[in-house]
Amino acid sequence: MIKFDNVTKIYQPGTIVLQNISFEIKDGEFVSIVGKSGAGKTTLVHLILGLEIPTYGEIYFDGLNLNDASPAKIQEIRRRIGGIYQDYKLLPKKTVYENVAYILQVEGKNNEEIKREVPKVLETIGLKDKIDNFPDQLSGGEQQRLAVARALINHPDTIIADEPTGNLDPYNSYEVISLLQKLNQTGKTVILSTHDREIVNKLGKRVITLEGGKILRDEAAGRFII
Amino acid sequence: MLTSFKRILTFAVNDFGRNKGISIASIFVLTVTIMLVTGLFFFQGLTGYLTSQIQDKIDVTAYFKSGTAEQDILNVKDEIIKTTPSIKNVEYISQDQALATFNANHKDNPVLAKALQEVGDNPFLPSLNITTSGDPLQYAQIANVLQTSDFSKLIEKVDFSQKKDTIEKVYSITTNINIFGLIFGAILILVAILVVFNTIKLAIENSKEEISAMRIVGASNWFIRGPFVIQGIIYGIFAFIICFLISGLFAYFMASKISVVLPGFDMFDFFLANWWIFVLIQLGFGIAVGAGSALIVVKKHLEV
Repeated sequence: MIKFDNVTKIYQPGTIVLQNISFEIKDGEFVSIVGKSGAGKTTLVHLILGLEIPTYGEIYFDGLNLNDASPAKIQEIRRRIGGIYQDYKLLPKKTVYENVAYILQVEGKNNEEIKREVPKVLETIGLKDKIDNFPDQLSGGEQQRLAVARALINHPDTIIADEPTGNLDPYNSYEVISLLQKLNQTGKTVILSTHDREIVNKLGKRVITLEGGKILRDEAAGRFII
Repeated sequence: MLTSFKRILTFAVNDFGRNKGISIASIFVLTVTIMLVTGLFFFQGLTGYLTSQIQDKIDVTAYFKSGTAEQDILNVKDEIIKTTPSIKNVEYISQDQALATFNANHKDNPVLAKALQEVGDNPFLPSLNITTSGDPLQYAQIANVLQTSDFSKLIEKVDFSQKKDTIEKVYSITTNINIFGLIFGAILILVAILVVFNTIKLAIENSKEEISAMRIVGASNWFIRGPFVIQGIIYGIFAFIICFLISGLFAYFMASKISVVLPGFDMFDFFLANWWIFVLIQLGFGIAVGAGSALIVVKKHLEV
């Protein structure tokens, strides 16, 4: 599904962030990408989303080379990926309802469907009574729950979670990771980028370890060892 | 397509209302710059009227020898109109008309009336009074016609040479005013556009994180930039309404004061006669600069 073929990313002037990275993630896999801060985890996520282009090498999403993909095709891929981020990436000037509805509006869904689906999802994550609040009126945990609701509203086939527990307490962290596991059990591909040793070791899933922009290890049932 | 447009419009109106501080600041800056452009247009109307008034007052008179047949003088008039079609006016003044005008102008002056009686005969010469647009080239063309051998024998004198310096000076002043106005206006408009651009740039930079979040979830470029461009248009429309009202009120209240300095020029009449140009300049400038700035700034954030 996602394939990195000898990918190198260099930021000017001459800072190598990723070097000769090659791996493949199959449909339905749960992959943790681990490494210290600055190892290149976030750059790797940005490359999958087409937010950055590799300096060398190729990235494929469902067989499509992202280097050759049109802006419209890249946008379509982004819509197929649900993203959960450390800084939540919510829309600060939109309400809780509007943040979730925005995803469906981007997809061109009709207003009736949006009015039906959004309150349902907000009820599931316990934010129905804060439907008209703005993100800065929510706690960190609530913001992350909203980010999760937004990531799942359009039923994406891939979930990318970039340091999703970075700003959360242990209880909320556990909730997010449990949710990712459940989603993986329903057949979704999950890519978790983290530097949380405990979480990775508990998961017992595939681990790609990055260090200094290179793949140090890629193990099927790996552990966080740096 | 229509649904997307409606959504973009709703986002724009919501963002406009939710960012009151930024919206008011942007409208204020846009209003000030549109007023500068409007001020230039008023200035152009004022100088245009002033120069046309000065140019109208400069004329050339060709005096014909006493007893020249009226038909010969009218032939000269036709020739002048033929060679200089853009000429403003050529007026034939007969000996009798000249005398009548003199009498009317000096009816309260018995000394002049007595002097005229002593002369006995009508001492005035028939003449052609020529008014041009003030261009010295037109005077040169007229001088050429009057100097041709056929006509020069009919002419007693032409006061062109006496007025030549004044004509050239006035023409040079009016030309300079126009050139200065054009350069000054261009610089002012450029500065104004840069100020508005930077204000809108600051407003959009404030939404950098939001644009980044929109990109990540797969929004198309138009879905992201549309609300910002429409907000730019809304700023332009609001600024236009404010400027149009200020311009109208300014013209109405200043009309009497300006007509003291410049008799015959009614600023409010000028505004009413050119109201559609004011709309065009203010609305066009406001929308173009507001939306154009937003388009350029957002484009930068949409590049990979």
